[in-house]
Amino acid sequence: MPRIAITVDGIAYEEEVEPRLLLVHLLRDRLGKTGTPIGCDTSNCGACTVLLDGKSVKSCSVLAVQADGSAITTIEGLAANGTLHPMQRAFHEEHALQCGYCTPGMVMAAIDMLRDDPEPSEESIRHGLEGNLCRCTGYCNIVRAVRRGAQDMAVKTP
Amino acid sequence: MIPAQFDYLRPATLEEACQALAADDEAKVLAGGQSLLPLLRLRLAYPTTLVDIGRLPGLTGVHDRGDHVFIGALATHDEVLRSPVVRAGCPLVALAAATVADPAVRHRGTFGGSLAHADPAGDLPAVVLALDGVLVARSAEGEREIAAADFFADYLETTLEAGEILVGVKIPKLAGEWGFHYEKFRRTVQAWAIVGVAVAVRRSNGSIQEARIGLSNMGTTPLRARAAESALQGVELGEAVRQACEEASADTAPPADLHAQPDYRRHLARVLTHRAVRTAAGTP
Amino acid sequence: MTEVGTARRRKEDARLLTGRTQWTDNMQLPGMAYVAFLRSPMAHARITRVDVSAARGLPGVIAAYAGADFAEEQGSLPCAWPVSEDIVIPDHPPMAVSEVRYVGEAVACVVATDRYKAADALDAIEVDYEPLPPVLDMNDALTEGSPKVHEAGNQAFTWRLTQGDVDAALRDAPVLIDRTYIQQRLIPTAMEPRAVMATSDGESFTLWSATQIPHVLRLMLALTTGIPEHKLRVIAPDVGGGFGSKLQVTAEEVLCLLLTRKTGRPVKWTESRSEGNLTVHHGRDQIQHVTLAAEADGRIRGLRVELLADMGAYLMLVTPGVPILGAFMFNGIYKMDAYDFNCTGVFTTKMPTDAYRGAGRPEATYAIERVMDELAAELNLDPIEVRRRNWIRHEEFPYTTVAGLTYDSGNYEAATDKALSLFGYDKLRAEQGDRRDRGDPVQLGIGVSTYTEMCGLAPSRVLGSLSYGAGGWEHGSVRMLPTGKVEVVTGSSPHGQGHETAWSQIVADALGVPFDDVSVIHGDTAISHKGMDTYGSRSLVVGGVAVLAACEKVKEKARKIAAHVLECAPDDVEFSEGTFRVRGTDSGKTIQELSLATFAAHDLPDGVEARLDADATVDPDNFSFPHGTHLCAVEVDTETGMTKIRSYVAVDDVGKVVNPLIVEGQVHGGIAQGVGQALYEEAVYDAEGNLLTSTMADYLVPSAADLPAFVTDRTETPATSNPLGVKGVGEAGTIASTPAVVNAIVDALRPRGVHDVQMPCTPERIWRALS
Repeated sequence: MPRIAITVDGIAYEEEVEPRLLLVHLLRDRLGKTGTPIGCDTSNCGACTVLLDGKSVKSCSVLAVQADGSAITTIEGLAANGTLHPMQRAFHEEHALQCGYCTPGMVMAAIDMLRDDPEPSEESIRHGLEGNLCRCTGYCNIVRAVRRGAQDMAVKTP
Repeated sequence: MIPAQFDYLRPATLEEACQALAADDEAKVLAGGQSLLPLLRLRLAYPTTLVDIGRLPGLTGVHDRGDHVFIGALATHDEVLRSPVVRAGCPLVALAAATVADPAVRHRGTFGGSLAHADPAGDLPAVVLALDGVLVARSAEGEREIAAADFFADYLETTLEAGEILVGVKIPKLAGEWGFHYEKFRRTVQAWAIVGVAVAVRRSNGSIQEARIGLSNMGTTPLRARAAESALQGVELGEAVRQACEEASADTAPPADLHAQPDYRRHLARVLTHRAVRTAAGTP
Repeated sequence: MTEVGTARRRKEDARLLTGRTQWTDNMQLPGMAYVAFLRSPMAHARITRVDVSAARGLPGVIAAYAGADFAEEQGSLPCAWPVSEDIVIPDHPPMAVSEVRYVGEAVACVVATDRYKAADALDAIEVDYEPLPPVLDMNDALTEGSPKVHEAGNQAFTWRLTQGDVDAALRDAPVLIDRTYIQQRLIPTAMEPRAVMATSDGESFTLWSATQIPHVLRLMLALTTGIPEHKLRVIAPDVGGGFGSKLQVTAEEVLCLLLTRKTGRPVKWTESRSEGNLTVHHGRDQIQHVTLAAEADGRIRGLRVELLADMGAYLMLVTPGVPILGAFMFNGIYKMDAYDFNCTGVFTTKMPTDAYRGAGRPEATYAIERVMDELAAELNLDPIEVRRRNWIRHEEFPYTTVAGLTYDSGNYEAATDKALSLFGYDKLRAEQGDRRDRGDPVQLGIGVSTYTEMCGLAPSRVLGSLSYGAGGWEHGSVRMLPTGKVEVVTGSSPHGQGHETAWSQIVADALGVPFDDVSVIHGDTAISHKGMDTYGSRSLVVGGVAVLAACEKVKEKARKIAAHVLECAPDDVEFSEGTFRVRGTDSGKTIQELSLATFAAHDLPDGVEARLDADATVDPDNFSFPHGTHLCAVEVDTETGMTKIRSYVAVDDVGKVVNPLIVEGQVHGGIAQGVGQALYEEAVYDAEGNLLTSTMADYLVPSAADLPAFVTDRTETPATSNPLGVKGVGEAGTIASTPAVVNAIVDALRPRGVHDVQMPCTPERIWRALS
């Protein structure tokens, strides 16, 4: 079995994996990183979105072997010393989650979106989230939260 | 769902990769995996071996080669749509790449993968076809260039041979005053195109000198709307353009599926071609 | 009262935002094995052979079973709502033994050491089927000579509600609107797929499930499997949405219990989305034939509804009850003297239907709101005006409708006026006229929906009269801890609604304690011993009120103890903001001090137990009746048939509001789901009974990029049927929005001779309607 080295939320792991093991199952079943959930099998829903070397990917559509040598950031790696990431805080403040199942993916996708569009318009936010489905919120508050998160992140890192 | 078992190879060189593929008919190339992984998970594909070319050197990047843009097979959609070289040399490619799936998928999915997958509902095959792209394939026997018109053989089938790997695509730069548009019609933003129309037009003095039109999902392969292209030649901007675009559905064989029937797809091809041509020609 | 009405941020969010969740699939137990089910690829067939032996020998496989292996113990999945005398409730084995009746029905299973090996082993199981004809169309199913889904035939039941003389109302009516609407089959699509984990020590069983109904589930699983109720604990941990789809007793829950017993190991099953699309119960699927008779001035004389409701292959928990809930809603907010509702439940070889957000009421509301627009068009009246002429005026409440419900309160005029003004109705009508005059290829349409619904399910005596198998009460308990903190146990079982926050607000006000000093526990039958769970917009209206009632009891106990400590008569003690005072003095004790004193029990009055806690079970007197006016403007591209929602205004009256943030969120999400039905979603079976929409690539759920921002506002007419004055909000948006969107589309196209577009209103359907 291939052996891979992978860093997840700052912790380095070396694992022997079946080639077919999905990254999301490596995270959830092997590493206990259950903060990243699975919502579909066709890469439509985005619930499993994580950052792979800083860019958003759907961890259900990446093989663990493909992530060999990479650094993964999950929803569990965002808060620092008990302080929520500005985007997490914005989701809380704007009531941008109900059941919360899509939330990890939404937050990761939102953070990714701001890498090169730090002040997104409503339309850019909606399109930036087109790969993440939510069944509870109707997206209104998610859009507000991303705008607020963007503003808060801009204040933090001028 | 969970993929069935397969062997996995990560060759260090392109030559090794070609050998591995030549040795096993049931082996498949893995690049970004964004088309392949859902198929594996739904157990709609059972490859014996995945040959992971994702880290091979020399297949990446977008390069300005003077008269053409060379897009490495492993360039991601995200790289392509942002590339200044693409935006300057073949903007239609950037326009279409921006509509592929969603941002996370565009970070992994590759230009070469989309073409080799040859889904007629995909966005990029029709674009490469419209722009007369040339696909560059490598095998143990060496390098081969395949015109886009000869590349797409059938539904999810190309003329790549066993042991051949797509290494990149040459997109000729168009000389003169060209305008571009990709018109994608789908029920939701996530959904596959019911019909997509890729258009490049050269205009001067208020009329269209030349048009190139690629159609997505109007047959088992991407198609050129040749009849409309001829009809548009020399046509003055205005009502005549609409008439010429009525030819856009000629010689198409659109599928009947859950999302649309053939007659509707033909109608859309005509309407969307007209819209795409108008936009590409810079008319409101 | 300071907390109720405040936009408190939710207590639930912390764990959900940081990934410290307890989804069922997150959990692992030592020695746990994974279950995978082999499912029928045939819509209807006799099973002639199942051979699991090859699977049993594979590495990592612990066990493999066919339906026959469970035949003695699996019982029949329950239907708790035998709506009529003539109902046929077929045997519904959790795993098919001799016959399959829909694609996806489980026929065999594997238990293995990991989920990958379990999936692989399914490929080694051999099943032989002898095909039987599928039954897919309801009208065909009811014809003589149709192939049968069950031996007793394809009619599941008939049910009628009639009031007044409809024949007379229809006879010689100046206006008669006669329409047939199709409520397409929907897939609920909660974001969390179902998951079940079960374990046993050999005697007692614990089952974790992504369910809305841990309490109902425990009872039903005990009755189905024979495991004694007191030996079965059911836990609903974090649950990722339900919308009715997790209001069910599923085959997989039963089978996981049996599998943990058979294998002696903890077992877990998690469905994939494509498996879920096949086997999570579907929603809607009705054919509605509606006839409305009106006077020349638009006043309604009477309404007749002939309804065919697709049950699918079996009757599940409340399958037959769904259309019956709708029976009371076809008259909507309108006055009429005659009403006749006739429903036939029909078996087909498809996944069973059951509750989906609104359950019967969205279907009914769609029909009446569509027909009201048709009436307006027929009479050349504005659709708002025709509604005004018929709706119950605010001074007429309480009002007993033709369907026999007594609407306690409402103000349709106020909600409508507010909505019209927010929407800019007149301006949009003017633009619509302009576009029509110009022959603009993009036409503008305006859709109106003035809905009400019956929710807060439900008065037990009413449920009894409708043959439902249980009551509609809810339970709450409140306990003061020695440090003055409060634990609340609710019988309602949240899966996204925010109970932990809203209940804390109610308790904080009732007991005068800080919001942060309250914690809310739910979803575990070992901790919450009594409950009727969450559905039908009942949580706040019944469960929240039960918590309030328990608080009142705690206060009364505290008052007695306070009087003793303060050396006065209980009647002389007044309570305000958490402190019991001797009337007219400053002498007082806080509830926290009293709770410590109760714990110490050094000086309690005679006959008072050393506990400051209480239970309450509340059974509502009446349903609640939220209402509102939704207005939708669409742009329809007549060349392609594409619809774009240009603006959407919702003014809802859900009575008193505990947390406006949560209410707004529920409305937003409800609208999105209703828009989904109007424009995008449909479960499609082919002619052989295969589900074509088995993945999210084919069953289209709208994303942020497909929907506009919704403008929401409220009017507030308190419910008179409960002390909080609340009405419930979970289903309102979904009920209201579907007809608003379709009315808008039809309004855009009416000058082109279009008077209906079947849902979902796809571009192709609109194009065909125009061609």
